[in-house]
Amino acid sequence: MTQRSFEILDVTLRDGSHAMKHAFTEQHVRDTAKGLDLAGVNYFEVSHGDGLGGSSLQYGLSKVDELKLIEAAADVCKTSKVSVLLIPGIGIKEDLQEAVKAGAKMVRVATHVTEADVAAQHIALGRELGLKTVGFLMMAHMASVEKIVEQAKLFESYGAEVIYVTDSAGYMLPHEVTERITALKQSVGCEIGFHGHNNLSMAMANTIAAVEAGATYIDGSLRALGAGSGNTQTEVMVAVLERLGYNTGIDLYKIMDVANKVVAPFMQRPQEITGSSLIMGYSGVYSSFLLHTQTAAEKFGVDERDILVELGRMKAVGGQEDLIYDVAQSFAAKKTQ
Amino acid sequence: MKKLKVGIIGSGNIGTDLMYKIERNDALQMSVMVGIDPESEGLKRAADRGYEVVANGIDGLMEKLELVDIVFDATSAKAHKHHSELLVAAGKKVIDLTPAAIGPFTVPTVNLDEHFEKPNLNMVTCGGQATIPIVNAISRVVEVEYAEIVATVASKSAGPGTRANIDEFTHTTSKAIEQVGGAKKGKAIIILNPAEPPILMRDTVHALMADEGQEQAVIKSINDMVKEVQSYVPGYRLRGAPQFDGRKVSVFLEVEGAGDFFPPYSGNLDIMTAAAAKVANEMAKQLMATEV
Repeated sequence: MTQRSFEILDVTLRDGSHAMKHAFTEQHVRDTAKGLDLAGVNYFEVSHGDGLGGSSLQYGLSKVDELKLIEAAADVCKTSKVSVLLIPGIGIKEDLQEAVKAGAKMVRVATHVTEADVAAQHIALGRELGLKTVGFLMMAHMASVEKIVEQAKLFESYGAEVIYVTDSAGYMLPHEVTERITALKQSVGCEIGFHGHNNLSMAMANTIAAVEAGATYIDGSLRALGAGSGNTQTEVMVAVLERLGYNTGIDLYKIMDVANKVVAPFMQRPQEITGSSLIMGYSGVYSSFLLHTQTAAEKFGVDERDILVELGRMKAVGGQEDLIYDVAQSFAAKKTQ
Repeated sequence: MKKLKVGIIGSGNIGTDLMYKIERNDALQMSVMVGIDPESEGLKRAADRGYEVVANGIDGLMEKLELVDIVFDATSAKAHKHHSELLVAAGKKVIDLTPAAIGPFTVPTVNLDEHFEKPNLNMVTCGGQATIPIVNAISRVVEVEYAEIVATVASKSAGPGTRANIDEFTHTTSKAIEQVGGAKKGKAIIILNPAEPPILMRDTVHALMADEGQEQAVIKSINDMVKEVQSYVPGYRLRGAPQFDGRKVSVFLEVEGAGDFFPPYSGNLDIMTAAAAKVANEMAKQLMATEV
């Protein structure tokens, strides 16, 4: 078998948690994991959408304890490895230790693009536990290229083996992806990854730009199941990248089968670009705010788009779901005045 | 009015801001600032205001014990253990602003009276000082099965110590939500936001109550509590009304600092120093009353 051009990392069972309102069952996870393993995906992620410890009133309580889901996934894998997401400030080091006991082999430690220095201990722990350790810079559109390089160097100094440019808001355009990945390739020694969202229908184009600029880890989700309008669609990505002449190492029919026969039946809604997700991409708002914004808009009788534009203006960062309700309430109060 | 003499160990940002807060408390007399860098801004400011200055740390202070009745420690958890042993052995009251948590967690509006006689009191965390009063305001009306707090602070007001040990915030705050707030189970989340101009500290408390039906009493209790906290942090306020959804209640807060040494957006740092000064002031009044 010829060497893979890059690793396609599937995030259906983590980013998809947002779209599923954190209601994955062990059966969903078992079936999806089995399919990913059979199709030849080397790494896939299982966690609450907001990472380990994310089950909360702020983000939504998990229907099933994520450790049970991680265990179920690891249990059915013959060759694939389970990754977990950890956002310092939400998850803690003990959560990672528990996840490793449950079978995790990779950790992606995520911070806002300017706050890498909160992750030093978690990245060090990942290495100490023998995990493939990744630094994940979220909301990468909110910082200059120079700032991203500076923060990536911090991640590298803590021991990260791969550093991701993460377009959490689905805001970036291909030339912006190229610019960031190219700068990182020139300035850090570790591998570079890209994680996209499809709010502006740019996920695939951005992924191609990332690969062409030298990214060797790229994220996707089956049927695009993920926050906002979802991620780059894994099975489509396999087809596109094979046509471009790359070797993905993934069996197209088998990855299509898990997408269409396993994931599609449990999806709660189609992964479309709606008015709200479009506005998220347009104004640079964290994709997992989508369903919370719908709930808040309904509760307070205000336009979802107004809330999202205001959150963009306020430069909200990932995790600030409480701000959605605060903003919705203040709009409603203004309306009644 | 008679006053107790105050020493501050740690002439960094927290210690310096605390000095200004002490000056506004009627039962406290700022006496000595202790640091380890003679060039530090905090020591210079203390000297300018006419206070004693010690530049060789705890060793220097131990030679001038007559200058202090109450000592605040704004250094590090590791250093605090050593400081506390020496000072407590010498009969001094110690108020701990580090994450060491040797003594009981103390939140002025909630459990101040319980701990006056203890030699060492811990001030929890900034997020704890901002949110535990609210958790308690709910739990004194209706049983709280679970409380979760989300503290969002400006990136500029989170120092290197907090950043390197961010899990400590989570551990300490969740424990105090249970022990002081009165929730059966607690959880804490912290978010750093780098927006410019820097955002005011924001805190959200989500709680799951055992029963519905007490909404009006809960609102009244929260409003009363906010007024109490405002007595030492005037910029502490609710954003909108508490939101109820079945057994769940969400309370939104923002904390604007007094702007003593920190800029006003650093409500997180301000509420720590203001709460510590409040604790010391009440403690001083109690101690002097019992002496009489």
